[in-house]
Amino acid sequence: MNIQFNGETRTVHGRTLAAVLEELGLANAKVATAVNSEFVPAAARESRELQPGDRIEALAPMMGG
Amino acid sequence: MTRDFYGVTLETPLMLGTSQYPSPAVLADAFRSSGASVATVSLRREMGAGQDFWSLVQELGTHILPNTAGCHTVKEAVTTAHMAREVFETRWIKLEVIGHTDTLQPDPFGLLEAARILVAEGFEVFPYTTDDLVLAERLVDAGCRVLMPWAAPIGSGLGINNRYALRTLRAHLPDVALVVDAGLGVPSHAASVMEMGYDAVLLNTAVAKAGDPAAMARAFSLAVEAGRTAYLADPMEPRDMAAPSTPVIGKAWLT
Repeated sequence: MNIQFNGETRTVHGRTLAAVLEELGLANAKVATAVNSEFVPAAARESRELQPGDRIEALAPMMGG
Repeated sequence: MTRDFYGVTLETPLMLGTSQYPSPAVLADAFRSSGASVATVSLRREMGAGQDFWSLVQELGTHILPNTAGCHTVKEAVTTAHMAREVFETRWIKLEVIGHTDTLQPDPFGLLEAARILVAEGFEVFPYTTDDLVLAERLVDAGCRVLMPWAAPIGSGLGINNRYALRTLRAHLPDVALVVDAGLGVPSHAASVMEMGYDAVLLNTAVAKAGDPAAMARAFSLAVEAGRTAYLADPMEPRDMAAPSTPVIGKAWLT
């Protein structure tokens, strides 16, 4: 199915947020996630099922003032 | 008196941003030269650089203060704060709710609303605010124990736009840690706010965009130390008329 991942359309096989993060190589990355603008804590990624068109954000530490 | 930051006493009254440096090596040099005790960071989409940046920040050995930079709504800021708490494993959040795109002025109404929500959720909120006294008091009423008023717009380097307002905040909020967050350009600006009794300054552009960031970081470090020491030494009151410093008694009759 197609999802929006960090603003880009991606075709993924996984059905949960955890599975998609693993598919995209971010299973062990230092990131926080949101689906459709709602924060999904790391502990809830396994149980968070995704639908086509869902908007996923995976945010990492970055420069800031 | 010593005002702490949610129970944390900072080794130096200097917070430094991690943005806009020419390279990671220059960033690390600037931090070493500054002796900064806090590093501010953000959360952005992972495009491949986030993990290395996180390693770099951890090696700085400072406290980490994540921000909600770029958020214009309460919901965005609150969600970003939740995400930052998980990633950075801290309850500290530098809360920014921006109200105007040209001046990056905080939205006072959204800021207060977001601060109330986050305090209730157990965050230790460092609100980036204007120098407005009433807003400052409302933020304190909402549970903020630290305030971060601007001196001038972010990145402008203009220095202290409203000395009266900053002095008023200090006088009316003797128990609240106050950090001048934005708009400082040169070390004398930082020394000046520290002389007024501010508890720390937060710098980014003034250091990162200097020709020699590490040297400028050192200059700011000396300035905040000078200003802090002067404040504790209780400066004299200015006066309009001259007062001779050399004794008048004993002067020879030579006319």
